[in-house]
Amino acid sequence: MIQFRPIARVFLSFFLLLTVLSINKVSFAQDAAAGKVIFQGQCVQCHQVNRNATGPALAGIEERVPDKKLLYDWIRNNQKVLASGNPYFTNLYNEWNKTPMNVFSGLSDTDIDNILAYIKAEASKGDAAKGGAAGGGDGSKEQADKAQSSDNTLLFGILTLILAIIALILLQVNANLRKLSDDKEGVPAFEPVPFYRNKVYISLLTILLFVIGGYFTIQGAIGLGRNKDYQPEQPIYYSHKVHAGANQINCLYCHGGAEESKHANIPSVNTCMNCHMAINEYTGSAGKLYTESGQEVNGTAEIQKLYEYAGWDPAAKRYVNNGKPIEWVRIHNLPDHVYFNHSQHVKAGGVACQTCHGAIQEMGEVYQFTDLSMGWCVNCHRETKVKFTENKFYSIYEKFHEDIKNKGKDSSITVEAIGGTECQKCHY
Amino acid sequence: MEQKKYWQSYEELKNPKAFQKSAEDEFKEDLPFADIDDKGLQDSKTPRRDFLKYLGFSTAAAMVAASCETPVRKAVPFVNRPENIIPGIPDYYATTYVSGGDAVSIVAKVRDGRPIKIEGNELSSVNKGGTTARVQASVLDLYDTSRLRFPKANNKEVSSFEALDKMVGMELGGTIAILTGTINSPTTRQIMADFLAKYPGSRHVQYDPISYSGQLLANEATYGSKAIPSYQFDKAKVVVSLGADFLGEWLNAVEYQKGYSAGRKLNQANPQMSKHYQFESFLSMTGANADDRFTHRPSEAGAVALGLLNALTGQPVNGVPEKVKKGIAKVAADLNANKGAGLVISGSNNVNIQIIVNAINEAIGANGTTINWGANLLTKQGIDSDMVTLVADMQAGRINSLLIYDANPAYDYHNADAFKQAIKRVKTTVSFSEKMDETTALCKYVIPSHHYLESWGDAEPKVGYISIMQPTISPLFKTRQFQDSLLKWSGNPVTYDNYFREYWMGKLGTADLYNKALQDGVIEPATPVTASVPFNGAGVAAASAAIAAAKKGGKMELVLYTKIGVGDGKQANNPWLQELPDPITKATWDNYAMVSPQYAKQFLDIDLTDDGERDDNEYEANPPKPVVRIKSGNKVLLLPAMIIPGMNPDTVAVAVGYGRGVNNDASEPELDQAKINIGRAGAGVGKNAYPFALYNGTTVEWFASDVTVEPTGDKFDIATTQTHSSYEGRHEVMKEMTFANYKKNPKEILEERAKELAPWGGLDNFAAAGTLYPADMLERPGIKWGMSIDLNSCHGCGACVVACQVENNVAIVGKSEVLRYHDMAWLRIDRYFSGNPNDPESIQTVFQPMLCQHCENAPCENVCPVAATNHSSEGLNQMIYNRCIGTRYCANNCPYKVRRFNWADYQGADSFADNQKGHVSEATLMMNDDLTRMVLNPDVTVRSRGVIEKCTFCVQRLQAGKLQAKKENRVLTDRDAQTACQQACSSEAIVFGNANDAQSIVSRTRTENAGRIFYSLEQIHTLPNVSYLAKIRNTEVLNNEHGDHIRFENTEGSASPGSTNH
Repeated sequence: MIQFRPIARVFLSFFLLLTVLSINKVSFAQDAAAGKVIFQGQCVQCHQVNRNATGPALAGIEERVPDKKLLYDWIRNNQKVLASGNPYFTNLYNEWNKTPMNVFSGLSDTDIDNILAYIKAEASKGDAAKGGAAGGGDGSKEQADKAQSSDNTLLFGILTLILAIIALILLQVNANLRKLSDDKEGVPAFEPVPFYRNKVYISLLTILLFVIGGYFTIQGAIGLGRNKDYQPEQPIYYSHKVHAGANQINCLYCHGGAEESKHANIPSVNTCMNCHMAINEYTGSAGKLYTESGQEVNGTAEIQKLYEYAGWDPAAKRYVNNGKPIEWVRIHNLPDHVYFNHSQHVKAGGVACQTCHGAIQEMGEVYQFTDLSMGWCVNCHRETKVKFTENKFYSIYEKFHEDIKNKGKDSSITVEAIGGTECQKCHY
Repeated sequence: MEQKKYWQSYEELKNPKAFQKSAEDEFKEDLPFADIDDKGLQDSKTPRRDFLKYLGFSTAAAMVAASCETPVRKAVPFVNRPENIIPGIPDYYATTYVSGGDAVSIVAKVRDGRPIKIEGNELSSVNKGGTTARVQASVLDLYDTSRLRFPKANNKEVSSFEALDKMVGMELGGTIAILTGTINSPTTRQIMADFLAKYPGSRHVQYDPISYSGQLLANEATYGSKAIPSYQFDKAKVVVSLGADFLGEWLNAVEYQKGYSAGRKLNQANPQMSKHYQFESFLSMTGANADDRFTHRPSEAGAVALGLLNALTGQPVNGVPEKVKKGIAKVAADLNANKGAGLVISGSNNVNIQIIVNAINEAIGANGTTINWGANLLTKQGIDSDMVTLVADMQAGRINSLLIYDANPAYDYHNADAFKQAIKRVKTTVSFSEKMDETTALCKYVIPSHHYLESWGDAEPKVGYISIMQPTISPLFKTRQFQDSLLKWSGNPVTYDNYFREYWMGKLGTADLYNKALQDGVIEPATPVTASVPFNGAGVAAASAAIAAAKKGGKMELVLYTKIGVGDGKQANNPWLQELPDPITKATWDNYAMVSPQYAKQFLDIDLTDDGERDDNEYEANPPKPVVRIKSGNKVLLLPAMIIPGMNPDTVAVAVGYGRGVNNDASEPELDQAKINIGRAGAGVGKNAYPFALYNGTTVEWFASDVTVEPTGDKFDIATTQTHSSYEGRHEVMKEMTFANYKKNPKEILEERAKELAPWGGLDNFAAAGTLYPADMLERPGIKWGMSIDLNSCHGCGACVVACQVENNVAIVGKSEVLRYHDMAWLRIDRYFSGNPNDPESIQTVFQPMLCQHCENAPCENVCPVAATNHSSEGLNQMIYNRCIGTRYCANNCPYKVRRFNWADYQGADSFADNQKGHVSEATLMMNDDLTRMVLNPDVTVRSRGVIEKCTFCVQRLQAGKLQAKKENRVLTDRDAQTACQQACSSEAIVFGNANDAQSIVSRTRTENAGRIFYSLEQIHTLPNVSYLAKIRNTEVLNNEHGDHIRFENTEGSASPGSTNH
């Protein structure tokens, strides 16, 4: 026992250290997490942490501008700082072709601290990433899980088949034995019927075929008009992986309608050009790009296509032609008798884009992640909880509030409980 | 409660066999199976083999269809998204509806660049958010397929406006006349004045097809100003209308509806209500709302006015029927008792009659109280004699150029032939019409103007009250605004939009104020002015003498009127208006001769009050109506007769505004041409009755005092909607009381209901106790939508009906389908008569808007085999189109008959256009044009063939309202969720909201008027979510079937005067 004590002590102290570290990390992460939200909402349109975009890379900003107060002032109202004639920022301004930075008067000191914390964290991650290749552990594990589940199905199938064959053989044996015993006892035997003319077999087979055929027919009929995994070729190879993944642009920057309107809306060409006036080449921030068929895509050439549509001359840095709209191929199509409203889900419901659109930040070209079937909608409505206590709209549901208070129920009011699976919530 | 017999039709009154049979079959067609008889299936018309063939073919077809690939759809975003425009979110622009001189401040809902719905502008103190059926329907005129798409010269397209300006510029000169409807736009008046100043001797003539020059001239004679004052119905305790349809068509009816209903909203604690008398020749919508109503011949209108003046001053009354005389005495007494709170108006266009009416108003102290000279009405300024002079000048060659804008005299002038002759003598004629109307077809140059939703502009419906017009869509076609043309031709380089901006910037001072005016849509005086002007009675004696000397009418007289839908005929190609049932006759798609039951008995051999088994009973159960020949001098018109109670027996009434392009008996090629010019829906509908108007030397009068009306023996189909949906004798759908009884016991109806429901739980427990279903069926945890309709405020005008059609993409079916009872309106207004058909004075009319009642215990839901109709936790009776298989069991089981079946693919969603030809009406095909379909509301499913549909309580608006509240993290308010019918109603008869919320408008209306609430057919335990407030008539007695007065049995058992019937 005694000899184990030092080991245990070492183990314990190591464990404590880990805990402390992780606590540290937690508090640090919280700041950074809040900062991430703000950064992705407001900064990422122009800034990247580790490289230059429309604006300069932000890694090491605190070293470059040690005066925190000055930094606050700059972020809140850069024009004021420029007017005051700060030499560092004036230089920076001139360096960046006198492109003015937006004004963020709404950010508090804490907000800015959070952003800085996030930048710091990202900057260190960036350094680490330079050392080693990004791991794909999660993905491979998932695949293994998947394989295992499909293995089981196969196993059960084979077992069933073997059992069925055994049962048939036994039946055959049984019949033969009976025949033998009948012969022995002198019972006159019927003319043996071959199995392919045996009515029992034939009817069994018919039923089997009918069931299988019916199953596939119905599945086919249900699947009509459903387009899960639909991944059409688009006029421009637009990679969400590059934009939303590597560059972490907030979804709502381009699809702002998702918070306000029925439609999420595909961004207009001028929205693309906000950033792409400055960014005219793909530098591989998300690795090499491939189409679904495995062909490599030249990102810079795709940006060139955008310039064609926008009528932008990248050399002269000005618009030379009238723009024309990009005719994207629509992927998510709901039938006309379904009313779907993005803002209901995104703004009122707080549903993440990925819930319905999948890991969009990892998609090269977008494909339809779900089948968008009614069953899928209804299932989600059954399970998803509404913001029952947070949103004042639901204060009219007095009885439910009463129940929560009196019966100590948790505040789990699902969409279904307030009528979210009724027909006329989507069909009118 | 009064036991009163109501009838929607004479058949219900008598219930003859033909009607019973018609009522039995809710769906008139038999199922399309050939008769299966004893011969066996093989010999029947559809044998088994055919069945197998069809089965095989359809299976194969389905397989082919299924193997098709899903079509690739494109999503095309903006290149540059305009700021503040988010696809999918509607924008609202304040603008102004103008037609003739009428101007109504509105807000246009623009969804993804297209105006799709019109709402009233609540900031306007003239219409106060109210609209009319025509205003609601006007959005469709923007997408009218028959609009002119480019300028023309000599009926050929001109490539550009510059080329056209050059051509016109060379010709324009000499004496120019600009012929327009009433123009009350300050900028347009200014531009016209500047233009005319360039051409000395030129003039501007205002011409109103429905003119009020009698009133204008009379006011000039007695008050010294050629103007029409504001009538303040809300301040009037006694309203006397001498033939003025002021709730429907007379002057600024939308304003008067507001005021009138304000004076008749009942407060249960302190009931007060104005009294409304109507003297008229035919049953108008306003007359139908009157408390007491008297009929006379049209030629007696002067005598009635004079009689009233005499009665007020205690002189004898002469020259009017006995009943009217009694009425005049009653009215005079009432007016004398309410000095300063009475209002007398007249619909006559005779100067003398209007002078007498002015004298009456002066005698009762209306000047400066109920009649306000502080904000005169500018919507009608045309003087008939000006137009007559112009036509004479044109004929004499004294006019070199004629510019016509917003006027169509070749159709609606009383002497259109003279105008058509005269216009040939004018060298240069330019029309600025949006369409190739009758007048434009005679013009050399056509420069189509914008639709008002594409235009800049302003209007001044009342002095000092400006309503701003701004474009809501860029022009669809190569058109140019009238004002732009004038500016150009008068050498002014600015465009009208700049001119408009400069003009109002100059008036308002700052850009902020200008922008606010654009946003609000109105500029109004800070404090409303009420003023009176001195009365000059010098002309009264002469006017009295002229009236006394007027010649007596002949055996029959004709009166012309305008209908609430089609009006003067400008919007005749609007199918929504054509299919809007007339409030009184419930007829669509035609005009007709309204005759009295007495006339029918005498001349048409139809006795509708006869109980017998005669064929007369076929009259209303079937569409064919007897055609009569109306002859006045050398003018003849053949029209089907509709027998309407409440008509003066010696009068026949015909609506103008019909027969656009050609009359409906025109030849095929003529009709085809008219369809191109006027439009596929409106051309050749009904017959033009304008030629029957008579010019008396000063003004155009709207009656002919000596006509012959004789039967021809022919029949003509009239498509009516009223008799389609029978309640099979359950007439508790509607409740009515006299004001006196209501004052005596405001809770009479409540007590009656309590008594009736006592065996089933009483008022409080009826919902739960009256059924076998478990009580939690009625649980509504959050919202419980409810609607309350005040029958006392509903005037039957139909604005809600059109609003519902626009909002909900309700199909237009056309006359051929209405004839087969296939009309689709989700909201209808039922009209009930009571009284004796043979006594026009006894007829009392009630209007009841009927829509899906959203029953909590809905009979339709139980019978659907596929649960396509079911109930929501918010109390809505949901109808799911994509689940419906079209059994129509629900429609059969609905006691209110509000469910509609799509017999054909009326919206054209699933068919090729050519396949539909001949199966659906021309109007339906027009509605299915790509252009017209732009008006569809994208939030509402377009229904296809074979499904049932019905009122949804505008669920798309409710969902949007709830979402808005959720997004703003707040509680739902009444403003979030308003139904289209509620919004359209000028008299606020319909209120809607969350009945679970005690503070919502619907809850407050229900508690504050608890004594008047009733539910339609409450006893059958459908538990409707629509409640009604009973109609209260400010009269002594309610009349029953035979004109006998009914015994009042209130709870004290005291009897009111009147003989007993039941």
